[in-house]
Amino acid sequence: MATLSDLPLLVLATLAKVVVVLVVLLTAIAYIVWMERKVVARIQSRWGPYLVGPHGLLQPVADGLKFLFKEDIVPDKVDRPIFWLAPFLAFTLAFLSISVIPFGESVTIAGHTIPFQITDLNVGLLFVLAVTSLGVYGVALAGWSSNSKFPLFGGLRSSAQLISYELSLGLAVVGVVMIAGSLSLREIVEQQRGLWNIVKQPIGFLLYFTAAIAETNRTPFDLPEAESELVGGYHTEYSSFKFAMFFMAEYANMVTVSCLATSLFFGGWLGPVFGPPLLRAILPVLWFALKVLAFLFVYIWIRGTLPRFRYDQLMSFGWRFMLPVALLNVLGTSLILAWRSV
Amino acid sequence: MIAPLFYIFAGLAIVAGLSVVLQRTPVYSALSLILVLCTLAVIYLLLGAEFLAVVQVIVYAGAIMVLFVFVIMLLNARQEAPTDRSRFARRLGLPLLALFLAEILFVVLDYFSGAVFAPGQAFDAGPHAVGSLLFRNYVLPFEVTSILILVAVMGAVVLAKKQL
Repeated sequence: MATLSDLPLLVLATLAKVVVVLVVLLTAIAYIVWMERKVVARIQSRWGPYLVGPHGLLQPVADGLKFLFKEDIVPDKVDRPIFWLAPFLAFTLAFLSISVIPFGESVTIAGHTIPFQITDLNVGLLFVLAVTSLGVYGVALAGWSSNSKFPLFGGLRSSAQLISYELSLGLAVVGVVMIAGSLSLREIVEQQRGLWNIVKQPIGFLLYFTAAIAETNRTPFDLPEAESELVGGYHTEYSSFKFAMFFMAEYANMVTVSCLATSLFFGGWLGPVFGPPLLRAILPVLWFALKVLAFLFVYIWIRGTLPRFRYDQLMSFGWRFMLPVALLNVLGTSLILAWRSV
Repeated sequence: MIAPLFYIFAGLAIVAGLSVVLQRTPVYSALSLILVLCTLAVIYLLLGAEFLAVVQVIVYAGAIMVLFVFVIMLLNARQEAPTDRSRFARRLGLPLLALFLAEILFVVLDYFSGAVFAPGQAFDAGPHAVGSLLFRNYVLPFEVTSILILVAVMGAVVLAKKQL
């Protein structure tokens, strides 16, 4: 149990974890963009970025610098305070939810057990859902404050889409919560020792992954930024670093969703652990990272393969297919659990 | 540690609440309301009711207010034109407000008669406790509420679509 004398150490450890996670996440985002360009290029028989550094590996650095040095244009007659607030909101909320994701077991340093997780909330899963549900404001407000029709349509579409798919997303994970009997992500992962949840909740996983793609505005559900009809969608009027913030927020959301899918359905950091103590501490984190990477690859693969839905198809798919199936999945799972506990 | 945080967030809630009423642009009012709901969530957190806090954010700030903002965006409502306040509101507004506040004060004082309200008191407000209370002790009100909401949804559909 933590006592008052431990407080400085706890604060220090948490701060260190926050810094490490932020740096890793930002680097990861930069290289996911690189990976996306490379994989999509491969699918389309192109080279992708190749000129900056070996295999274009320094391309993210060049892009980052370019974002910083571009002129920051604020169009006339935008609603200035909200025009400024929106990208910050999107960015902050996207990075907030990563704080409850468990990356690995724990290490013991000088008698203190430090878990590989910024904080273990007992309602961790709900916290992620809450932060995701707030994320829509960044997009909606950006669309509204731009005072221009394309961003407005992008913002409206994305609000409608996020509200519609949030329900299925929430209901898809209820099965997992019922099996684990807990909302803490660490406990949900621990409970999967032996058998991963993907075996017990295959429908739940498919629903979750589909809804998650819609929640992160990715192809085939990327209607909020359908270039062919909306120019750029909600961020049409944004330039320079404010645009970069939306861009990074989108990729951070992808990472969060993949981390959550890994923790909920694919056993999180669980995997074969062997060797000397140092390897034992690192291996779980490695398994976790590999699983998340696999999910991100599937994301990019889907983007390279599927065309975009039409808007009415998106809505009727969400309400007439996803939601009923999610409800049936919850009902079925609870019936089986009740049957077993009798 | 907890008391100063409580005063900061309670103050913020009041300021944001005033801003809901005083703002002329509807989107600003809606945003202030979101801020009020989030500060309330923080106050629940300070009381140790994490579940309630998160549900507050999901349901109110994340779902209901998104719909508010959505409608405001759809109507593209900008600045509100100041209206000549109605005579009814001018004469009866303040007395009714005073009555309402007195009522709340009365109930609160009655409820906490003698007991000192201390933030951070330990009580169980986790998902398990809330769930078993809802589905054991208050199952009838819970079901009645859900039927009421269903009726409201059906009414909204009928009103919005004259021919189905």
